[in-house]
Amino acid sequence: MSGERASLGGLVAAKEIIVLCGSGGVGKTSIAAATALGAASRTGGKVLVLTIDPAKRLASALGLAEIGNVETRVPDSAFTEVGLTPRGELWAAMLDTKQSWDALVMRHAPDEATARRIIDNALYDNITGRFVQSHDYIAMERLFEVHASGAYDLIVIDTPPTRNALDFLEAPHRMAEFFGGRLLRWLTAPYRFGGGRGARLVNLASRPFYQVADRILGSQFLQDIAEFFLNFQSMYDGFVARARAVERLLHDKRTTFVVVTTLEASPLHEARVFCEELVTRDFPFGAIVLNKTLPASFTSAEGARAATVLTDDAEELAAGLAATGEPALGDAGLDARMLRTIAGSYRNFAVVASREAELRTELGRAPDVVVDVPNLDVDVHDLAGLARIAEALFGDGA
Amino acid sequence: MTAAPDLLARRLLVVTGKGGVGKSTVTAGLALLAADLGKRVLIVEVDGKGDICTKFEHPPVGFDPVEVHPNISVLAMDTEASLREYLRLNLKVPVLGRLGPVARVFDFVATAAPGVKEVLTIGKVAWEVRESIEGRAPWDLVLVDAAATGHVVAQMGAPDAIRDLVSVGPIRSQTEWMIEILSDPAITALNVVTTPEEMPVSETIDLVTRARTELDVPLGAVIVNRVLPELFARAEEAAFGALDTDAARAALGAHLGDDAGLDAVLSGARLAVALRRTRAVHLANLRAAVDLPMLYLPYLFTRTHGMRETRVVADSLGAEFGL
Ligand SMILES: Nc1ncnc2c1ncn2[C@@H]1O[C@H](COP(=O)(O)OP(=O)(O)OP(=O)(O)O)[C@@H](O)[C@H]1O
Ligand SMILES: [Mg+2]
Repeated sequence: MSGERASLGGLVAAKEIIVLCGSGGVGKTSIAAATALGAASRTGGKVLVLTIDPAKRLASALGLAEIGNVETRVPDSAFTEVGLTPRGELWAAMLDTKQSWDALVMRHAPDEATARRIIDNALYDNITGRFVQSHDYIAMERLFEVHASGAYDLIVIDTPPTRNALDFLEAPHRMAEFFGGRLLRWLTAPYRFGGGRGARLVNLASRPFYQVADRILGSQFLQDIAEFFLNFQSMYDGFVARARAVERLLHDKRTTFVVVTTLEASPLHEARVFCEELVTRDFPFGAIVLNKTLPASFTSAEGARAATVLTDDAEELAAGLAATGEPALGDAGLDARMLRTIAGSYRNFAVVASREAELRTELGRAPDVVVDVPNLDVDVHDLAGLARIAEALFGDGA
Repeated sequence: MTAAPDLLARRLLVVTGKGGVGKSTVTAGLALLAADLGKRVLIVEVDGKGDICTKFEHPPVGFDPVEVHPNISVLAMDTEASLREYLRLNLKVPVLGRLGPVARVFDFVATAAPGVKEVLTIGKVAWEVRESIEGRAPWDLVLVDAAATGHVVAQMGAPDAIRDLVSVGPIRSQTEWMIEILSDPAITALNVVTTPEEMPVSETIDLVTRARTELDVPLGAVIVNRVLPELFARAEEAAFGALDTDAARAALGAHLGDDAGLDAVLSGARLAVALRRTRAVHLANLRAAVDLPMLYLPYLFTRTHGMRETRVVADSLGAEFGL
């Protein structure tokens, strides 16, 4: 509603990968799905949306009820049911972190026995669940794999709800660093030679780390951890090469980043930092989507004036309404109260809208495309709802 | 279901919820309400973004508690500082000078090993509660602005996880008293903040289920934040609907003199009604799925969020508690 002309249409036509990022709760998943739907119904070609943890009803609208990692096609009938004509194909997949990790370990481990030892280790779930932004890494890894398959003309990827949106930019790099890291080597050093399970913490008693860790955790626990990492390290080369390739893909001209935010202080702050980082680190930065904004009518001078008159002259206006003879109108006291209520509600939302307007000016370094998606009066959980978002995104009212 | 006034009689209230729903806002409001009742409150801010201090218009604090408002102190969690304190108090390990690199490696192991980082967090919380019960710390109530729903189960369950994982060692024996405090319904309650929106409600339902099956921590209340006002009673709603008729528009338009303003106000009211209505569906789902006491907080139509808003939240909570 800011009067911006540019839309997402150009980006969608020119790119192969659109990465949506932003802090949690701003509506990334819906925007990702709407972008993909918009692309599939506006241009030909195969479009894939790779989503993470969608709301249940949205997932089922995309036919993703139980499918998980497998890519599935949204049937054309789903489009026509809501009055859309698909020009291309819309595909969707959900990211299952655990499944993807298992596949990755299977691919990179030197042999199946090692892979099994890693996957069956009690620490594995915890580590893949939390270490070095594991979700972020796996999302990027999956993106790489799908892109390399060449099966899609456009891939729209949702990113995990991280505490810090920057995390996933660094995920491939950190993953490589982690495996080559000194810390890891140091931790596993006492176990690397001579004897696996039987290895003891000889000669290490003098090192403060082992001294402290031993007293807190017990040496058996420490040894379990070290053993796990020893196995994990056997995947080093494969991981590092892959992480580098993923990083290159994210920097590629065929990729673009779209930052999603609401006009609330803390998501917006995070979005701003993120935008700056994208530019500093030379990632292709395509657009900002301001989601769930209030319509500009809430900050209009006419609206404010009307609200004042509705309040001040409520009785007089109610008399006028009674004169219309409308059956639902005519109770003067009730009508006046109703008019004051809607004026009060308008003023309430106007406060929020003016805060949004202020925050909008703080956006700073904005790319060419800044798109508003208004706060819809319904939840988005079907293709019709997504299509409404897509209209706002593509700026064409289809 | 009662409004759970007994919650305020407990010593430890943990506040969780999906990111951005208002955990810090509610925590600050609860603290102010408790302080109104004459309690001395410690707030432990777990994610360390400094939001709690903002709600009291106070500059950020560190690991040592700072009084940000009469009877309300805040400390920002820091697992390294917590480790340091733990070592000093329990193991008498003289590590102060050398902890730098040790802490880095420890951090590494702690991230890998389930529960270690979490136990340093929840251990510090439980420690403050125990100290206060035994009269060595001044708090009547410890409030935790906790991790978001996704992580809080791991955090609250850390002592159990450690007990299962570490067969021997001093840290294991430390988990016993923590579990005792965390599982005692006279002391502790885990509370969930949500908004009447689809994802927060679905995360709340999941969390309550998980907490019941995976945790030995008593649940307190669900706090529904950002509830939009119901604009109309039924008859008023019918009257509002009738404003769309040509006759009514003409009557109002004649007096107002311009249509744009009237349209802005009317469409604004329509949006407000529609938003309230879609949210009512989520609220109904929440009520059907979760049998905990519910406290409702209104949407605050404000520009900023400082002391004034915290006051409003505290008063609304007070009303919900029937005080
Ligand atoms: N009842 C309310 N009405 C209007 N705005 C609110 C309300 N409660 C919270 N907010 C606003 O919502 C935003 C998020 O609130 P808050 O910081 O309390 O959330 P949080 O759950 O602690 O977030 P995080 O997960 O990031 O820590 C803040 O800008 C706050 O002012
Ligand atoms: Mg917070």
